[in-house]
Amino acid sequence: MFRESELRTFIDGTTRFFETLTSQPASVGSPYLVTDGKPGAYEYSGVIKVSGAREGVVFFTAPRGMLTVLLMRMQETDTSEETMRDLVGEVANTISGNARRDLGKGFVISVPNVVANGSDPVVMPHARSFVIPINWRTHAAKLVVCLQ
Amino acid sequence: MTSTAAPLKMMIVDDSNIIRRRIERSQQIERLEVVGSAANGREAVALFHRTNPHVVTMDLTMPEMDGIECVEQLVKINPDVLILVISALADKATAVEAIERGANGFLCKPFTDRQLNYALEELLSEA
Repeated sequence: MFRESELRTFIDGTTRFFETLTSQPASVGSPYLVTDGKPGAYEYSGVIKVSGAREGVVFFTAPRGMLTVLLMRMQETDTSEETMRDLVGEVANTISGNARRDLGKGFVISVPNVVANGSDPVVMPHARSFVIPINWRTHAAKLVVCLQ
Repeated sequence: MTSTAAPLKMMIVDDSNIIRRRIERSQQIERLEVVGSAANGREAVALFHRTNPHVVTMDLTMPEMDGIECVEQLVKINPDVLILVISALADKATAVEAIERGANGFLCKPFTDRQLNYALEELLSEA
């Protein structure tokens, strides 16, 4: 069973990502629990399937505006659709991979699958998921952790 | 006085275009010359045969063939290649496994330009 206390590793990973890549830390809001299997999504979502000792999904979802500014801060000039998808997948991969620092090698992650257009990106494997709100500059995004 | 030493060829392997471009843009080591990049392990092995690089940066989580298997294959082809693994997988066991399979260094994502260049300098000090 995934414990609320284990959310800390994902919060730390999110903070580290923005701080390291943009020198502008993100603020992370209070995580909340969603129990209807519908955590919601922005325009682009990078979805990581988790297997091994844990099972479920972790996804990072963000609007195009945030991803565009993030790319600029990374000195990336290409803001095409393909690059947006690449970025949202890379954010999800980095935060999920970093979680192995605490959760160990048994936390096996897939390559990212990217879903666009703001619909719920995946059929959630469980009704219960934690949502971590992320605020960076004027933009809002979220990390959704749905693990057994 | 200018150095006449031939540059060392470098290959970048990562399934993210953004990361491949970032590594190429951010590396500031004069004697390194990027000769190509690949998006997965299978492409990397083919490119390695064609370009015979001295230095490789290697992601781990990739489609087709993952980075650990690719490291093993590249070292079989050329045991002298220097491989810096650049991965988000932050557990010690993965870093140890990569080194045991033949990598020479490990840099965790996300990374700053300074951390990248420091890791590459460290790698080249083994050359």
